[in-house]
Amino acid sequence: MNLTLKVWRQKNAKETGSFATYQVRDISPDMSFLEMMDVLNEQLISQGTESVVFDHDCREGICGMCSMFINGEAHGPDRGVTTCQLHMRKFKDGDTITVEPWRAKAFPVVRDLMVDRSSFDRIIQAGGFISVNTMGNLPDANATPIEKHDADAAFDAATCIGCGACVATCKNASAMLFVSAKVSQFALLPQGQVEAADRVRNMVNQMDLEGFGNCTNTGACEVECPKGISIENIARMNREYLKASLIS
Amino acid sequence: MSTKLNSRIPEGPVAEKWTKHKGTIPLVSPANKRRIDVIVVGTGLAGSSAAASLAELGYNVKAFCFQDSPRRAHSIAAQGGINAAKNYQNDGDSVFRLFYDTIKGGDYRSREANVHRLAEVSTSIIDQCVAQGVPFARDYGGLLDNRSFGGVQVSRTFYAKGQTGQQLLLGAYSALERQVAKGRVKMYARHEMVDLVVVKGKARGIIARNLVTGELERHSAHAVIVASGGYGNVFYLSTNAMGSNVTAAWKAHKKGAFFANPCFTQIHPTCIPVNGETQSKLTLMSESLRNDGRIWVPASLEDAKAIREGRLKAIDLSEEQRDYYLERRYPAFGNLVPRDVASRAAKERCDAGYGVNKTGEAVYLDFAAAIVRYGQEQANLKGMHQATESEIVALGTKVVASKYGNLFQMYEKITDENPYTAPMKIYPAVHYTMGGLWVDYNLMSTVPGLFVAGEANFSDHGANRLGASALMQGLADGYFVLPYTVGTFLADDISTGPISTDLPEFAEAESASRARLEGFLNSKGSVPVEVFHRRLGRIVWDNIGMARSEMGLKKAIAAIRALREEFYRDVKVLGGMYEMNPELDKANRVADFLELGELMALDALAREESCGGHFRDEHQSEEGEALRRDEEFAFVSAWEFTDGDPGKATLHKEELVFENIKLVTRSYK
Amino acid sequence: MTLKRGLFGSSLARKYWMALTGLFLISFLVIHLVGNLTIVIGTADDFNAYAAFMTSFPPIKIISYLLYASILLHAVDGIVLARQNRAARPVGYGEYRGSANAGWASRNMALLGIFTLLFLLVHMKSFWFEMHFGSLPLDANGNKDLFGITVAAFEQVWYSAFYVVAMVSLGFHLWHGVESAFQTMGWTHPTYTPVVQIAGRTLAVVLCGAFAMIPLYVLISPNI
Repeated sequence: MNLTLKVWRQKNAKETGSFATYQVRDISPDMSFLEMMDVLNEQLISQGTESVVFDHDCREGICGMCSMFINGEAHGPDRGVTTCQLHMRKFKDGDTITVEPWRAKAFPVVRDLMVDRSSFDRIIQAGGFISVNTMGNLPDANATPIEKHDADAAFDAATCIGCGACVATCKNASAMLFVSAKVSQFALLPQGQVEAADRVRNMVNQMDLEGFGNCTNTGACEVECPKGISIENIARMNREYLKASLIS
Repeated sequence: MSTKLNSRIPEGPVAEKWTKHKGTIPLVSPANKRRIDVIVVGTGLAGSSAAASLAELGYNVKAFCFQDSPRRAHSIAAQGGINAAKNYQNDGDSVFRLFYDTIKGGDYRSREANVHRLAEVSTSIIDQCVAQGVPFARDYGGLLDNRSFGGVQVSRTFYAKGQTGQQLLLGAYSALERQVAKGRVKMYARHEMVDLVVVKGKARGIIARNLVTGELERHSAHAVIVASGGYGNVFYLSTNAMGSNVTAAWKAHKKGAFFANPCFTQIHPTCIPVNGETQSKLTLMSESLRNDGRIWVPASLEDAKAIREGRLKAIDLSEEQRDYYLERRYPAFGNLVPRDVASRAAKERCDAGYGVNKTGEAVYLDFAAAIVRYGQEQANLKGMHQATESEIVALGTKVVASKYGNLFQMYEKITDENPYTAPMKIYPAVHYTMGGLWVDYNLMSTVPGLFVAGEANFSDHGANRLGASALMQGLADGYFVLPYTVGTFLADDISTGPISTDLPEFAEAESASRARLEGFLNSKGSVPVEVFHRRLGRIVWDNIGMARSEMGLKKAIAAIRALREEFYRDVKVLGGMYEMNPELDKANRVADFLELGELMALDALAREESCGGHFRDEHQSEEGEALRRDEEFAFVSAWEFTDGDPGKATLHKEELVFENIKLVTRSYK
Repeated sequence: MTLKRGLFGSSLARKYWMALTGLFLISFLVIHLVGNLTIVIGTADDFNAYAAFMTSFPPIKIISYLLYASILLHAVDGIVLARQNRAARPVGYGEYRGSANAGWASRNMALLGIFTLLFLLVHMKSFWFEMHFGSLPLDANGNKDLFGITVAAFEQVWYSAFYVVAMVSLGFHLWHGVESAFQTMGWTHPTYTPVVQIAGRTLAVVLCGAFAMIPLYVLISPNI
C-alpha cells in the first residue's frame, strides 16, 4: 500500500520542530510500523535527507524503548501493543498517518521522535527498589510463602515496560500508572512492605518534582498501556500514600 | 596450552575450588575501595548486577549503556526462565546434576571449574532475586513454582510467566538505581563505548560517545568490565535487539583481548519465520512451546509444494501424510531435543524441499494434539463423558490459552494467523552467541584489568547453551563472581590513585575514534549502512549458520573481505559528528561486524569437527548426526588480533581438561 | 513535615481534598434537592419554612460554613490542578484522539467544574444573597418569601434554560466525579467498585435530572 506520513522533525531539544510530509510506496501489510519507518529512512538517505530519529531496540514489545504517538494515540490504533508490534495491516492504502513524539514537560524531545525519559529512572531512584544488598546468605527463597493471588497481582504490576505511553496518552501527562505499578509490585510482596511508607512518599515526591500532571482518573492510561496495567494500581497507591501520610 | 593463556583454575577438587578460591582472594578494605574506580559497560543482567554489587561493596562505579535507560538492555527479552539447583521439586536435582547437564549440553567444550561454580551459585541467585521483589511464579501453597525446560529431566527452571528476563533485569536495575541514588554509581545512559584505553598493559578506561551530543568522552578507571552482550546481530536478522552490537568487545579484542570460540553461535529452533526483504528482526517463541507442540512437515514433496503455493492447508493433511521428523529421528527426546539438534533437523527438512511457507523456510509447530489431549482431560474431570469433539476442542483450547496465551497472542499479532486453529509456522533463528572474549577463572581477559561478564564472555556454555542458562550465567557473573574476583586485580591498585584522562593513551584512543567516525561521515559513497549489514548477514547466515563447510567458509571469508572494502569505499552516512546521529553509530557497529564475521569463518574453518551449534558438513555420521573429535579439538580457540587484520588472527588453544565428567557422544535417540 | 506534605503539599494530597470536598458537596446537593422538591410537592409556605430553617438552625449554620469552605477549596484546588495539568504538557499534539480511550466527562472535568462554578455564582446571587442580605417580603408565617423570587426567576425562560444547561453540566461532572473520588481515595474493590460506578452515575442522572425538572415544572405549570 501507499501512504502519506506526517512526521515530526526536530533537530534537537533547543530548536523548535515542525511536521514534514513524506510518501512511502509498496508497504506490505505484514510489516511492522517500525519496519515501515526503516523503509522511509532508507528512502530518505538515498535522497540525501537525514533519516528520522526514533527510539527502538528489542522490536518485540518488551524493552519499552519505542515511543511514537500515531494518529493521535500512543503506540497507534491497536491495543495491547508497542509501536514495534503494531502492524501495517491496521492501516489502509492511501491513509495519511501522523507520527509525533511523546509530549510531556517531563519527557523533553531529544530529536525528531525521540524523547528523554530519564525522569522515570529518577523516580525509581527515589524508591523503586527493595534495600537489599547482594548477599550469598540471604534467607532461602521459599522461606516466606506468598499468597498466589498477591504474587500474581505483583507480577501483573511488575510487567510495566516503562515506555511512557501512560504519560503520553494522559490528557494531563500524569505518570501515576507508571509510579503506581512499581509501588504496587512492592506493596504486595512481604519483602517490599518494610519500606512501603518511605517508598510511596519518595516516589510520589519525585514524580511531582519532575513536572508530571495530576491524575484525573480518565482511565486512558490503562487502555493505551501495552501491558494492560490496571488503574487498580493507582487506587492502591492512593491508599498507600494516604496510609503513609497519616500513620507513619 | 598457549603460553599466553593462563586460565588460573584453582587447585583441588572441582566442588571445592570456588570456596577455596574465594578464601584466598586478597581483600580490599572499605576505605581503599572508595579510592578505586570501576567502569561497567552494558547494563543487562551481568552489567547491572555487577555495577550494583560493586557499588554496594564501596567501589566507585561508572556504568554505561547505549539505550535511554539501563532497564532496556536486551536481557529484558528473555522469556523462558532461569535455572537453579534448588531441588525444590524433590526430583533429584543437585549442583552436580546442573553442572553435568550444562557440560553435556555444551557438548563438552566448556571449562569444568567455571561451570561448577555457576551451578554452585545458582541457588543464591534465586534467594537474591526473591529478596529484591522479583515476582516469580508461585503455586497455590505460596511457594515457588518450577518447570522443566530445554530438554533436561528435572524441573529446575524458575520463571515469571513468559517474562522472566524482564523481571530479573528489573530486579537488577532497581538495585542499580538504588546505588545511583546513593551516588555510588554514576550512570551514563545513551553512551556507547567506542574504544578501550590500555595504559602500561592494563585496561584503564574507555572512550565513549555521548549519543545525544556526539561528543567523545574520556572515562578512566582502575578496571573495566565489559558486559555488552553477544554478537548475534552479525547475522543481521536475529532475535537480538536492533542496537545489540559487538563494538565494545571487538574494540577490546583489537586492544589485546583474545576472542574465544567466535564460531559457537546458537540458532534457536522456534522463531517466527522471515516474511519479507524489509524485515529487520526475528521474534522468538519460547522454547516452552515444544513441551506441548509437535513439529512436523508434509511427508511428501508434492504436498509441501501445494502448501507453499497455497493450494493445500496444513489441516487437510492426515496423520499419515505428516512427518513428525523429530519424533521419528529422536524417539527418546522427540520434540524436546536440544536447540542445536532441533534447529538442524528443521533446516535439513527445509533444504530437502519440505518447507511450508512461501520462502520454503518454515516448519509446523502444531498444538492440535495437545488441545485434544487437554480437552479430554478436562472433559473427564468435569464428568462430561459424552463430550463432542468440538466441546473437547473448546475445553482444550482454554487450557492451552492459559499456558501459552501470551505467546499465541504475540504470534497472531505478527502473522495475522490464529494459532489455535491452524498450526504455527516456525523456523530457526540466531539467538545467542556462546563465543566471546576469552576470560580466565576470575573472568579477566588477556588484558589485565579488563573483565568480561555475561554473554560477552565465552566461559560457561561451551558449544551450545541450554535453555534458561543465560540468565543464570549473567546474574552469577554480576552478583556472585565478579564482586570477589575483581579483587585479584584491584588489590594491587589501592595506592595507585585516580587515573588521569590526560594520559597520552587516552588522547590517542580518542583521536583514533574521532578519525574513524569522521571517516564514515567523509566517505562520499552512495549506499546506506543498512544495506551492507543486510548483505553481511546473508553471507554469514548462508555459510556460518546452521551448517558449515570448508568451501562455504572460504567463500565467506573472501566475500566478507570484499564487502568490507566496498563498505569503506561506498558507505553513505549523513548528518554530523556532534549531534545525535544513529546512522553514524550504526556504521561504527557494522564496521566491527564486518571484521568479526571474518574471524567467525576463520574459527569455524579451524574447528574441523562438529560440536554443539557448530556443525561441519564434513564431520557427520551416516545418519547426519554431529561427529565430535575430542582427541584433536577438546580445546578453546582463543584468537589474538594480529597485524591489524582480522584475517591474520593468531590461534591460541586452551586445552580443556575433564576430570569429573566423562566425554561421551551426546545421544537423544 | 511528612504529614504536612502528605496532606497538603503533594499532587495526591490535592486530589484527596478534591475527592473529599466533592463527596461532601454531593451530600449537600441531596439535602438541597429534598428542600427544592417542596416547590413541586409542597406549598409556598413549606418551601419558605424550609429555607428559614436552613438559614437559622445553628448546627446547619455551622455546616454551611463548612460548605462554603468546601466549595472554595474544591474550586481553588481544581483550578490549581488544572493549571498544573496544562503546564505538564507545554507543547501539545498535532493530533490527539482523546475519545479513543476515555469518556467525554472524564476528559472535561475542569471545564464542567468551571461552568458549574459560574452557575453557582449566578445562582447564589439570585437566591442565597437575597435570602441572607436582600429585603424579601414575608409570607403568612413570617418567613422570608424565597418562594416568590424563585418562581419569578424560573418564569423567565432564559434563566430556566441556563439552569437546565447548568444541571446537565453538573450531571456530567458527577457522572465521572463520584467514581473518580472513590478511586482517588483508594476505596476500590473488585466487587464493589462496579456498584459504586453504577450508583454514582445513577445519582448523577437522578439528582441533576430532578434539579432541572423544577424550573421546567414552574414554567409549564399553570398553578404557580
